[in-house]
Amino acid sequence: MKGMTVIVKTISSWIKVLIFMFGIYIVITGHLTPGGGFAGGIILASSYVLLMLAFGRKFVEENLPLAAASRLDCLGAFLFAVIAILGMVLGGSFFVNFLYQKYLPGEPLSLISAGTIPLSNIAIGLKVSASLFLVILTLSIFRPDISADKKEQN
Amino acid sequence: MAIFYILLFFIIIAAIIAVETNDLLSSVICIGAIGFGASLMFLFLRAPDIAITQIVVEVLGLIILIRATISRDLTFITGDREFFGVVVSVVIVFVIFLAGIKVFETLPAFGTPVFTEATQAASQTYISQGLAKTGAANLVASVILDFRAYDTLGEATVLFTSIIGATVILRHKAKKLPEVLEK
Repeated sequence: MKGMTVIVKTISSWIKVLIFMFGIYIVITGHLTPGGGFAGGIILASSYVLLMLAFGRKFVEENLPLAAASRLDCLGAFLFAVIAILGMVLGGSFFVNFLYQKYLPGEPLSLISAGTIPLSNIAIGLKVSASLFLVILTLSIFRPDISADKKEQN
Repeated sequence: MAIFYILLFFIIIAAIIAVETNDLLSSVICIGAIGFGASLMFLFLRAPDIAITQIVVEVLGLIILIRATISRDLTFITGDREFFGVVVSVVIVFVIFLAGIKVFETLPAFGTPVFTEATQAASQTYISQGLAKTGAANLVASVILDFRAYDTLGEATVLFTSIIGATVILRHKAKKLPEVLEK
Protein backbone atom coordinates (compact mmCIF):
# COMPACT_ATOMS: atom_id res chain seq x y z
CA MET A 1 0.00 0.00 0.00
CA LYS A 2 1.14 3.49 -0.78
CA GLY A 3 1.37 6.29 1.71
CA MET A 4 2.41 6.36 5.33
CA THR A 5 1.71 4.03 8.27
CA VAL A 6 -1.70 3.04 9.62
CA ILE A 7 -1.45 5.50 12.51
CA VAL A 8 -0.93 8.47 10.22
CA LYS A 9 -3.68 7.32 7.89
CA THR A 10 -6.22 6.90 10.69
CA ILE A 11 -5.43 10.23 12.35
CA SER A 12 -5.45 12.15 9.09
CA SER A 13 -8.73 10.58 8.01
CA TRP A 14 -10.29 11.91 11.20
CA ILE A 15 -8.64 15.31 11.03
CA LYS A 16 -9.25 16.04 7.34
CA VAL A 17 -12.95 16.70 7.94
CA LEU A 18 -12.21 19.13 10.75
CA ILE A 19 -9.66 21.01 8.64
CA PHE A 20 -12.07 21.16 5.72
CA MET A 21 -14.92 22.43 7.93
CA PHE A 22 -12.63 25.01 9.50
CA GLY A 23 -11.63 26.24 6.05
CA ILE A 24 -15.26 26.60 5.02
CA TYR A 25 -15.97 28.48 8.26
CA ILE A 26 -13.06 30.86 7.67
CA VAL A 27 -14.25 31.54 4.11
CA ILE A 28 -17.91 32.07 4.99
CA THR A 29 -17.35 34.34 7.98
CA GLY A 30 -14.58 36.29 6.30
CA HIS A 31 -16.55 39.54 6.55
CA LEU A 32 -17.12 39.17 10.30
CA THR A 33 -13.95 37.71 11.78
CA PRO A 34 -10.32 37.69 10.69
CA GLY A 35 -9.87 35.43 7.72
CA GLY A 36 -11.40 35.54 4.29
CA GLY A 37 -11.01 33.93 0.95
CA PHE A 38 -7.24 33.75 0.77
CA ALA A 39 -6.66 32.30 4.22
CA GLY A 40 -9.64 29.96 4.07
CA GLY A 41 -8.72 28.73 0.61
CA ILE A 42 -5.27 27.79 1.79
CA ILE A 43 -6.74 25.86 4.73
CA LEU A 44 -9.09 24.03 2.34
CA ALA A 45 -6.17 23.13 0.09
CA SER A 46 -4.07 22.02 3.04
CA SER A 47 -6.67 19.37 3.98
CA TYR A 48 -6.13 17.82 0.55
CA VAL A 49 -2.38 18.15 0.91
CA LEU A 50 -2.62 16.24 4.19
CA LEU A 51 -4.52 13.49 2.38
CA MET A 52 -1.86 13.48 -0.32
CA LEU A 53 0.91 13.08 2.22
CA ALA A 54 -0.84 10.35 4.17
CA PHE A 55 -2.49 8.24 1.45
CA GLY A 56 -0.33 8.92 -1.56
CA ARG A 57 -0.92 10.86 -4.72
CA LYS A 58 -3.12 8.32 -6.51
CA PHE A 59 -5.80 8.45 -3.81
CA VAL A 60 -6.11 12.22 -4.04
CA GLU A 61 -6.05 12.13 -7.82
CA GLU A 62 -9.01 9.75 -7.81
CA ASN A 63 -10.79 11.90 -5.23
CA LEU A 64 -10.29 15.23 -7.00
CA PRO A 65 -8.84 14.83 -10.50
CA LEU A 66 -6.66 17.46 -12.11
CA ALA A 67 -9.35 18.36 -14.62
CA ALA A 68 -11.97 18.91 -11.91
CA ALA A 69 -9.55 21.02 -9.85
CA SER A 70 -8.71 23.22 -12.80
CA ARG A 71 -12.43 23.61 -13.51
CA LEU A 72 -12.99 24.70 -9.90
CA ASP A 73 -10.14 27.16 -10.25
CA CYS A 74 -11.66 28.66 -13.39
CA LEU A 75 -15.09 28.71 -11.75
CA GLY A 76 -13.75 30.75 -8.83
CA ALA A 77 -12.10 33.30 -11.10
CA PHE A 78 -15.23 33.46 -13.24
CA LEU A 79 -17.50 34.05 -10.21
CA PHE A 80 -15.26 36.87 -8.98
CA ALA A 81 -15.36 38.52 -12.40
CA VAL A 82 -19.13 38.04 -12.57
CA ILE A 83 -19.58 39.79 -9.22
CA ALA A 84 -17.46 42.68 -10.48
CA ILE A 85 -19.39 42.96 -13.76
CA LEU A 86 -22.75 42.68 -11.97
CA GLY A 87 -21.64 45.69 -9.96
CA MET A 88 -21.15 47.55 -13.22
CA VAL A 89 -24.52 46.46 -14.61
CA LEU A 90 -26.66 46.91 -11.49
CA GLY A 91 -24.75 49.49 -9.49
CA GLY A 92 -23.22 51.77 -12.07
CA SER A 93 -19.50 51.14 -11.67
CA PHE A 94 -17.10 48.22 -11.65
CA PHE A 95 -16.91 46.37 -8.31
CA VAL A 96 -19.52 48.50 -6.60
CA ASN A 97 -21.15 46.77 -3.62
CA PHE A 98 -24.59 46.75 -5.24
CA LEU A 99 -26.15 44.16 -2.93
CA TYR A 100 -25.42 46.20 0.19
CA GLN A 101 -26.34 49.56 -1.29
CA LYS A 102 -29.57 48.58 -3.02
CA TYR A 103 -31.02 45.16 -2.43
CA LEU A 104 -29.90 43.49 0.78
CA PRO A 105 -28.47 45.80 3.44
CA GLY A 106 -28.61 43.17 6.18
CA GLU A 107 -27.75 43.58 9.82
CA PRO A 108 -24.16 44.42 10.66
CA LEU A 109 -22.35 41.53 12.42
CA SER A 110 -24.81 38.94 11.12
CA LEU A 111 -23.94 36.23 8.63
CA ILE A 112 -25.96 37.73 5.79
CA SER A 113 -24.58 41.23 5.61
CA ALA A 114 -22.05 43.33 3.74
CA GLY A 115 -23.56 42.58 0.34
CA THR A 116 -21.12 41.18 -2.17
CA ILE A 117 -18.20 40.79 0.22
CA PRO A 118 -19.11 37.24 1.41
CA LEU A 119 -19.82 36.20 -2.20
CA SER A 120 -16.42 37.52 -3.27
CA ASN A 121 -14.86 35.68 -0.34
CA ILE A 122 -16.46 32.42 -1.47
CA ALA A 123 -15.27 32.93 -5.04
CA ILE A 124 -11.74 33.74 -3.93
CA GLY A 125 -11.72 30.82 -1.51
CA LEU A 126 -12.74 28.44 -4.29
CA LYS A 127 -10.09 29.90 -6.56
CA VAL A 128 -7.24 29.91 -4.07
CA SER A 129 -7.95 26.42 -2.74
CA ALA A 130 -8.22 24.86 -6.20
CA SER A 131 -5.15 26.64 -7.53
CA LEU A 132 -2.97 25.80 -4.53
CA PHE A 133 -4.08 22.17 -4.74
CA LEU A 134 -3.33 22.21 -8.47
CA VAL A 135 0.14 23.60 -8.06
CA ILE A 136 1.06 21.06 -5.39
CA LEU A 137 -0.40 18.20 -7.42
CA THR A 138 1.41 19.23 -10.58
CA LEU A 139 4.67 19.70 -8.71
CA SER A 140 4.34 16.22 -7.18
CA ILE A 141 3.47 14.66 -10.55
CA PHE A 142 6.29 16.41 -12.33
CA ARG A 143 9.36 14.32 -13.07
CA PRO A 144 12.24 16.02 -14.87
CA ASP A 145 13.12 14.36 -18.14
CA ILE A 146 16.64 13.16 -17.38
CA SER A 147 17.23 11.57 -20.78
CA ALA A 148 16.92 14.96 -22.50
CA ASP A 149 19.61 16.42 -20.25
CA LYS A 150 21.97 13.54 -20.99
CA LYS A 151 21.47 14.02 -24.71
CA GLU A 152 22.38 17.69 -24.39
CA GLN A 153 25.53 16.87 -22.46
CA ASN A 154 26.63 14.35 -25.05
CA MET B 1 5.45 68.67 -12.85
CA ALA B 2 8.90 69.07 -14.38
CA ILE B 3 10.19 66.10 -12.42
CA PHE B 4 7.62 63.84 -14.06
CA TYR B 5 8.74 64.86 -17.55
CA ILE B 6 12.36 64.25 -16.60
CA LEU B 7 11.47 60.80 -15.25
CA LEU B 8 9.36 60.06 -18.32
CA PHE B 9 12.28 60.96 -20.59
CA PHE B 10 14.57 58.75 -18.49
CA ILE B 11 12.12 55.83 -18.72
CA ILE B 12 11.74 56.19 -22.49
CA ILE B 13 15.51 56.27 -23.03
CA ALA B 14 15.96 53.21 -20.80
CA ALA B 15 13.20 51.38 -22.66
CA ILE B 16 14.77 52.11 -26.04
CA ILE B 17 18.18 50.94 -24.83
CA ALA B 18 16.60 47.79 -23.33
CA VAL B 19 15.11 46.89 -26.69
CA GLU B 20 18.06 47.84 -28.86
CA THR B 21 21.02 46.50 -26.92
CA ASN B 22 22.57 43.14 -27.76
CA ASP B 23 23.81 42.24 -24.29
CA LEU B 24 21.22 40.46 -22.17
CA LEU B 25 22.54 41.78 -18.86
CA SER B 26 22.47 45.39 -20.06
CA SER B 27 18.93 44.88 -21.24
CA VAL B 28 17.84 43.54 -17.85
CA ILE B 29 19.54 46.43 -16.06
CA CYS B 30 17.74 48.87 -18.35
CA ILE B 31 14.42 47.24 -17.43
CA GLY B 32 15.44 47.74 -13.82
CA ALA B 33 16.05 51.41 -14.59
CA ILE B 34 12.51 51.64 -16.03
CA GLY B 35 11.16 50.19 -12.81
CA PHE B 36 13.24 52.59 -10.77
CA GLY B 37 11.86 55.57 -12.69
CA ALA B 38 8.30 54.32 -12.24
CA SER B 39 8.84 53.81 -8.52
CA LEU B 40 10.21 57.35 -8.20
CA MET B 41 7.06 58.58 -9.95
CA PHE B 42 4.90 56.69 -7.46
CA LEU B 43 6.94 58.20 -4.65
CA PHE B 44 6.34 61.74 -5.93
CA LEU B 45 2.62 60.92 -6.30
CA ARG B 46 2.59 60.04 -2.57
CA ALA B 47 2.02 56.31 -2.95
CA PRO B 48 4.99 54.92 -1.03
CA ASP B 49 3.55 51.41 -0.69
CA ILE B 50 3.27 50.98 -4.45
CA ALA B 51 6.72 52.51 -4.88
CA ILE B 52 8.19 49.91 -2.52
CA THR B 53 6.40 47.10 -4.34
CA GLN B 54 7.58 48.42 -7.68
CA ILE B 55 11.20 48.69 -6.64
CA VAL B 56 11.21 45.24 -5.03
CA VAL B 57 9.53 43.45 -7.91
CA GLU B 58 10.89 45.23 -10.93
CA VAL B 59 14.38 46.17 -9.83
CA LEU B 60 15.57 43.65 -7.27
CA GLY B 61 13.42 40.62 -8.09
CA LEU B 62 13.71 40.81 -11.85
CA ILE B 63 17.44 41.41 -12.01
CA ILE B 64 18.31 38.79 -9.40
CA LEU B 65 15.99 36.18 -10.89
CA ILE B 66 17.15 36.66 -14.46
CA ARG B 67 20.78 36.85 -13.44
CA ALA B 68 20.43 33.67 -11.40
CA THR B 69 18.40 31.55 -13.80
CA ILE B 70 19.78 32.36 -17.24
CA SER B 71 23.18 30.78 -17.65
CA ARG B 72 24.06 31.90 -21.15
CA ASP B 73 25.34 35.31 -22.18
CA LEU B 74 27.37 35.71 -19.03
CA THR B 75 29.68 38.67 -18.72
CA PHE B 76 32.90 38.15 -16.81
CA ILE B 77 35.27 41.01 -16.09
CA THR B 78 38.89 39.91 -16.09
CA GLY B 79 42.05 41.82 -15.38
CA ASP B 80 42.92 44.32 -12.67
CA ARG B 81 40.38 46.69 -11.23
CA GLU B 82 40.55 50.21 -12.49
CA PHE B 83 41.43 52.81 -9.88
CA PHE B 84 38.82 55.30 -11.10
CA GLY B 85 36.03 52.72 -10.99
CA VAL B 86 36.84 51.76 -7.41
CA VAL B 87 36.88 55.39 -6.30
CA VAL B 88 33.54 56.08 -7.97
CA SER B 89 31.96 52.99 -6.38
CA VAL B 90 33.22 53.91 -2.92
CA VAL B 91 31.99 57.50 -3.26
CA ILE B 92 28.54 56.36 -4.44
CA VAL B 93 28.21 53.86 -1.59
CA PHE B 94 29.26 56.57 0.89
CA VAL B 95 26.70 59.03 -0.49
CA ILE B 96 23.95 56.40 -0.26
CA PHE B 97 25.06 55.67 3.31
CA LEU B 98 24.78 59.36 4.24
CA ALA B 99 21.35 59.58 2.59
CA GLY B 100 20.29 56.49 4.54
CA ILE B 101 21.30 58.12 7.81
CA LYS B 102 19.23 61.20 6.90
CA VAL B 103 16.25 58.99 6.05
CA PHE B 104 16.43 57.12 9.34
CA GLU B 105 16.55 60.41 11.25
CA THR B 106 13.26 61.54 9.69
CA LEU B 107 11.41 58.28 10.37
CA PRO B 108 8.63 58.51 12.95
CA ALA B 109 9.15 56.70 16.24
CA PHE B 110 8.34 53.01 16.43
CA GLY B 111 4.61 52.36 16.83
CA THR B 112 3.45 55.70 15.43
CA PRO B 113 3.07 55.20 11.67
CA VAL B 114 2.54 58.26 9.50
CA PHE B 115 -0.69 56.97 8.02
CA THR B 116 -2.50 56.90 11.36
CA GLU B 117 -1.34 60.40 12.34
CA ALA B 118 -2.25 62.27 9.15
CA THR B 119 -5.80 63.63 9.23
CA GLN B 120 -6.52 63.22 5.53
CA ALA B 121 -5.12 59.72 5.26
CA ALA B 122 -7.22 57.09 3.51
CA SER B 123 -6.85 54.71 6.45
CA GLN B 124 -8.80 57.13 8.65
CA THR B 125 -11.70 56.97 6.19
CA TYR B 126 -11.56 53.18 6.16
CA ILE B 127 -11.66 53.00 9.94
CA SER B 128 -14.36 55.61 10.56
CA GLN B 129 -16.72 54.84 7.65
CA GLY B 130 -15.91 51.26 6.75
CA LEU B 131 -18.82 49.68 8.61
CA ALA B 132 -21.33 52.25 7.41
CA LYS B 133 -20.28 52.07 3.78
CA THR B 134 -19.83 48.34 3.33
CA GLY B 135 -21.60 46.70 6.26
CA ALA B 136 -18.70 44.36 6.92
CA ALA B 137 -17.57 44.03 10.51
CA ASN B 138 -14.12 42.87 9.42
CA LEU B 139 -12.52 46.06 8.14
CA VAL B 140 -9.79 44.14 6.35
CA ALA B 141 -12.42 42.34 4.27
CA SER B 142 -14.15 45.64 3.54
CA VAL B 143 -10.86 47.16 2.35
CA ILE B 144 -9.67 44.29 0.16
CA LEU B 145 -13.06 43.40 -1.32
CA ASP B 146 -14.81 46.76 -1.50
CA PHE B 147 -12.59 49.83 -1.29
CA ARG B 148 -9.63 48.27 -3.06
CA ALA B 149 -11.27 45.43 -4.96
CA TYR B 150 -9.29 46.24 -8.10
CA ASP B 151 -6.17 45.27 -6.19
CA THR B 152 -7.72 41.93 -5.25
CA LEU B 153 -8.77 41.36 -8.86
CA GLY B 154 -5.15 41.93 -9.86
CA GLU B 155 -3.93 39.49 -7.22
CA ALA B 156 -6.42 36.86 -8.35
CA THR B 157 -5.31 37.39 -11.95
CA VAL B 158 -1.66 36.96 -10.98
CA LEU B 159 -2.50 33.73 -9.14
CA PHE B 160 -4.58 32.44 -12.04
CA THR B 161 -1.90 33.20 -14.62
CA SER B 162 0.84 31.61 -12.57
CA ILE B 163 -1.24 28.46 -12.06
CA ILE B 164 -1.89 28.26 -15.80
CA GLY B 165 1.84 28.56 -16.42
CA ALA B 166 2.69 25.91 -13.83
CA THR B 167 0.15 23.40 -15.10
CA VAL B 168 1.19 23.92 -18.72
CA ILE B 169 4.93 23.68 -18.13
CA LEU B 170 4.84 20.87 -15.54
CA ARG B 171 2.15 18.71 -17.12
CA HIS B 172 2.57 14.97 -16.83
CA LYS B 173 1.24 13.81 -20.16
CA ALA B 174 3.22 15.62 -22.81
CA LYS B 175 1.29 16.35 -25.94
CA LYS B 176 3.39 14.48 -28.46
CA LEU B 177 3.17 14.94 -32.16
CA PRO B 178 1.12 12.26 -33.96
CA GLU B 179 4.10 10.78 -35.82
CA VAL B 180 5.99 10.35 -32.54
CA LEU B 181 3.05 8.46 -31.06
CA GLU B 182 2.85 6.11 -34.06
CA LYS B 183 6.45 5.03 -33.59
